[in-house]
Amino acid sequence: MKKLVLQTKKVNKYFKNPLPFHVLKDISMHVEEGEFVSIMGKSGCGKSTLLYILSTMDTDYEGDLFLDGQKLNGLNGEELAAIRNEKIGFVFQFHYLLAEFTVLENVMLPAKKLGKKSEKEILVDAMDTLRLLGIEEQAHKKASMISGGQKQRVAIARALINHPKIIMGDEPTGNLDSKNADNVFNIFKKLSDERGLSFLVVTHDEDFAKKTDRIISMGDGIIEE
Amino acid sequence: MSNFKIILSITRIHLLTRFKQTSIAALGVTFGIGTFIILVSFMTGLNSLLDGLVLNRTPHVRVYNEIKPSSKQAIEFANEYAEAFHVIHSIKPKLSQTRIHNALPMINAFLADERVKGISPQCAAQVFYLAGSLELNGRITGINVEEEVGLFNFQEYVVEGKPEDLIKTSNGVLLGAGIAKKMSLHLGDRIQVNSSSGGRFALKIVGIFQSGLAEIDDVQSYVNLRTAQTFLGEGKDYISDINIKLWDMEEAPSMAKEIEAQFNVSAIDIKTANAQFDTGTSIRNLITYAVSITLLVVAGFGIYNILNMLIYEKMNDIAILKATGFSGRDVQWIFLSQAFIIGLIGGILGLLLGFVVSVMIDNTPFVTDALPTITTYPIDYNPMYYIIGIVFALSSTFFAGYLPAKKAKNIDPVDIIRGQ
Ligand SMILES: Nc1ncnc2c1ncn2[C@@H]1O[C@H](COP(=O)(O)OP(=O)(O)OP(=O)(O)O)[C@@H](O)[C@H]1O
Ligand SMILES: [Mg+2]
Repeated sequence: MKKLVLQTKKVNKYFKNPLPFHVLKDISMHVEEGEFVSIMGKSGCGKSTLLYILSTMDTDYEGDLFLDGQKLNGLNGEELAAIRNEKIGFVFQFHYLLAEFTVLENVMLPAKKLGKKSEKEILVDAMDTLRLLGIEEQAHKKASMISGGQKQRVAIARALINHPKIIMGDEPTGNLDSKNADNVFNIFKKLSDERGLSFLVVTHDEDFAKKTDRIISMGDGIIEE
Repeated sequence: MSNFKIILSITRIHLLTRFKQTSIAALGVTFGIGTFIILVSFMTGLNSLLDGLVLNRTPHVRVYNEIKPSSKQAIEFANEYAEAFHVIHSIKPKLSQTRIHNALPMINAFLADERVKGISPQCAAQVFYLAGSLELNGRITGINVEEEVGLFNFQEYVVEGKPEDLIKTSNGVLLGAGIAKKMSLHLGDRIQVNSSSGGRFALKIVGIFQSGLAEIDDVQSYVNLRTAQTFLGEGKDYISDINIKLWDMEEAPSMAKEIEAQFNVSAIDIKTANAQFDTGTSIRNLITYAVSITLLVVAGFGIYNILNMLIYEKMNDIAILKATGFSGRDVQWIFLSQAFIIGLIGGILGLLLGFVVSVMIDNTPFVTDALPTITTYPIDYNPMYYIIGIVFALSSTFFAGYLPAKKAKNIDPVDIIRGQ
C-alpha cells in the first residue's frame, strides 16, 4: 500500500446552533500519495464541513486527523497555520484573492510567509507556476482586474507555490463554464501525474468526478462506499 | 524577521489603499500631540517665568528679628500663679531693635553648614526720598552686591546701569524704577535721602531697579551694606535680615525650624512664604495634561473607528490570509502595525507642528512693565516633552488599535468562507 497523505479516524462534528445537529458521523477516510480523489454527495450532506476540518481551519471536532503521518488534533493555532502554509493548498469555489494586491503578489504571499526561499527564488517560482497555468501575462495586474476563470487559476497557482502535500478544493470548478472546468481538471490531472501531487476535490460535476482516481460518496454525514 | 517584512508589506498596502482615512486618523493624532507640545511648552515656560520672578529672587530661608510680644509674659514666671488662669490686658511688644542680635557669629555658623549654598546679609532702613519740598516715604536696603547677583539673580532686575557699579561707588544707589519715574531722575543724577534718625545723605544713581511689582518699585532702593549701616549710625554688625540660599530648596522648611530653635530669631522658608506659587504651577500642569489627554482620547477613538471599519472591509482578506497559513497573531500584527504607523506618523508630525508653533509663540513680542527682562512670550523647549509626546501618541494608538486587532485575530476563516 502506498503512503497515506491524509487520513481521518472516526471524525465527528456537531453544530450546537441554532439546534444541536450531528453533521459528520464517524468519518474515516484517507488519500494516498499522488492520488486524485473526488467527493460527491447531495447538497447539505456535510462535504464542505469535512473539508474545513481536513484543511485544519476548523478545529472543533472529535476524532483523529493525520496529515503526512503527523497527528494534527491537539496542535495550537500557530502550529496549524504553519502546516496549512507548508503542506496544504486550498482552492475555493469562489476565487478568494487579495483584491488590492497584484496577481504575482497573491501567488508569492504564502511562499514569503513560509520564508524558505529568497524573494528572487520565490518570484521565479511564482512566474513558473503562472506560466504553467497560462496566465503569466496577467502577473502584474491587480487581482480585481482579471476574469473569473483567470482568478481561479491564480488561486490554483497560489495553492501550488509551496509545493504542498495535498491540494483540497471545494467545488473549484463550480463557478466556471464547462470549457474552463475542463481546463482546471486537466491542470489538476497533469500535476497529479507529473508531480505526484495528491488532490481531494469536492464536486457536483459527474463528468469531473468520473475522470478522477476514486470517488468518495457522502450521504447525510456519513461515507457511502 | 521575514515574517515581519511580509506583515509590513501587507500593512503598507492596506494603509495606502485607504490613504484618505489613514491621513485623517493620523491628523487626529497630529492635532492631539501638537496641542500637547504647544500647551506644555508654553505653560511651563510661563511657570518658570513666574517662578523665576518670585522664587529665584526669594531666599530659601529668611532670618530676621520680628517685633512681637513676648510669648511668655512676666506672670507666667511666677510660681504662685502657675496653676491659675492668666488674664493680661493691653500687651505691647518689648522695646527692641529690628537688628538680629549676634548676627556675625550666626552668619559664620550658617556658612559652616554644608546644606547652605550661600548667604547674603541685608540691612534695611526706613527713609524719605527728598524731591524739593516733597518727601517720599521709602525703604533702602543695604546689600552685598556680589552675593545678591550670585545667589538671587539680582542683575535681572537692574534695568539701567550695572549692579557692579554699586561696589565701585560707595555712595551709589540702585533706585527703584517707580521712584525714579515719580521724581524724574535718571542714571547719573543725585538724590537726597533723609534717614529716620534724621541724618541727610546725598546718593548717586548708578542704576535703576525694577522688580515688576509696583508696590516694591515705588519704595525700594538698594545701596551697599556699609552705606546703609552708616545711614543708621550703626556698626558693621548691624544686620536686619540674613537671606540663605540652600543647595536643595526642599530642605528649607526643616532648616527654618532648626534656626528658630537654635537662635533667638524668626526664620521663614520659601515654601511657607510662597505656597500659592506651587499651587499655581500644579494647576497649570493639570490643565495641560487634562486637555492633551482629552484630545488624544478623541484621536484614539478616531483610530479605533477607522481600524474597525477596515477590519469589516477586510474580512475576506483576513480569511484568505488565515487559510493560506497566516496565524491569528500575524493578522493581529497586521492591524496593530497599522495603528502603530498611524500613531508614529501622526505623532512625529504633531511634534513638528508643536515645535513650529512654539517657535512662533517664542517670537511673538510680549512687552510688559511688570516683567522688565521679558520681550517675547516664554517657551520651554524641554526635549522631555517631545519624548512624552511621542510616547503618548504611540501608546494611545496602540490602545486604539488593540481591540480591533484582537477582533481580527479571532475571526474564524470558516465563518467567512461559508458566508460567501
Ligand atoms: N455554522 C453552521 N451552523 C449550523 N449548521 C451548519 C453550519 N454550517 C453548516 N451547517 C449545516 O451543516 C450541514 C452541512 O453543511 P455543508 O456546508 O458542509 O454542506 P455541503 O455538503 O457542503 O453542501 P453544498 O453541496 O450545498 O455545499 C448543512 O445541513 C448545513 O445546514
Ligand atoms: Mg459546500
